[in-house]
Amino acid sequence: MKHNFKTYIKLFTSTFYISAFTFGGGFVIIPLMRKKFVEDLKWIEEEEMIDLTAIAQSSPGAIAVNASILVGYRVAGLLGALITVLGTILPPLICLSIISMFYTAFKNNAIVSAALKSMQAGVAAVIIDVVLSMGNDIIKQKSILSIIILIISFISVYFFKINVIYIIITCIILGIIQAFLNNRKDDHNNDLPKNIS
Amino acid sequence: MIYLKIFLSFMQIGLFSIGGGYAAIPLIQNQVVEVNHWLSLSTFTDLITIAEMTPGPIAVNSATFVGLQIAGLPGAIIATLGCIFPSCIIVSILAYVYYKYRNLSTVQSVLKSLRPAIVALIGSAGLSILILALWGENGFSFNFTDINFSSLFVFVVGIFILKKFKPNPIYVIGGSGILGIIFYFITY
Repeated sequence: MKHNFKTYIKLFTSTFYISAFTFGGGFVIIPLMRKKFVEDLKWIEEEEMIDLTAIAQSSPGAIAVNASILVGYRVAGLLGALITVLGTILPPLICLSIISMFYTAFKNNAIVSAALKSMQAGVAAVIIDVVLSMGNDIIKQKSILSIIILIISFISVYFFKINVIYIIITCIILGIIQAFLNNRKDDHNNDLPKNIS
Repeated sequence: MIYLKIFLSFMQIGLFSIGGGYAAIPLIQNQVVEVNHWLSLSTFTDLITIAEMTPGPIAVNSATFVGLQIAGLPGAIIATLGCIFPSCIIVSILAYVYYKYRNLSTVQSVLKSLRPAIVALIGSAGLSILILALWGENGFSFNFTDINFSSLFVFVVGIFILKKFKPNPIYVIGGSGILGIIFYFITY
């Protein structure tokens, strides 16, 4: 990909715009980034986006900041990462600076809270929509292990409030065991080509 | 020297808040309220409320707020930079490693088993926000009269529009805010 001035500008404006609309932090930014970088700009593939989400989630710091670094790095290297981080932190920096000056007026404004309350429902719709399409992709692969991981992870996070880190570590271990088993199978059938799916 | 203290303090918050969002709150509270006495507990609670109502990650929002309170705009900028500094280093290294090794079969296998878990995590976050939007702070109940019907309406219409027309999600979120204001004036 050509790293011209336009790419950098696009990276900055996209992340700035996305960050200005990620109310509530956390995973809310993922559907917005997916829409922009996977569907609109086609700079990142669907599966790659999920991988980047996994890295963002398992690294220290805010998911939104981490995801921006990854996307920027992917598109335009370290300079890209610097630009996307700047784009991501500027909206909250500006917004919070203004709001903390007028905090009491803001907190007690009924119209503001009505808008914010309703936006929660909008955010929920956006996240559920993206989960349905991502979940559909996984179920379509017809891998029983993937579907079991999906269900068990959901139950343990949502109902049992298990720390996300344990789930990620368990999945990494599962993946390594599976790779090990596959390799052993390959050693037994040395004349067969290695199957990397 | 206060700037250095702010930077180091928020760097610790950035470094140890793995998993983002709510995981960061106790760390921020510890640094800001208990260790450095920069905010009282009640201002801290207000801070969390603002941080959740405004765009951006909670850690970045609190960094800006606290920095501004104790050392003005330079304080806000330094606190924010401190908070994202560990991410910038660690995540850049991980990005490098990912793009260098992602075609190895072991890494492929690990990523393959991580993907469904990540979808489940996002789903869990989405469901929590949905329940908060529909039932409020008290959480899910079978008493369907507790449901906030304007939120339910916004959610159903939102999902329909997203599935049918695939617009930019930002328009759906912005539109929901506008609908909320309209409902407010209708019911007022």
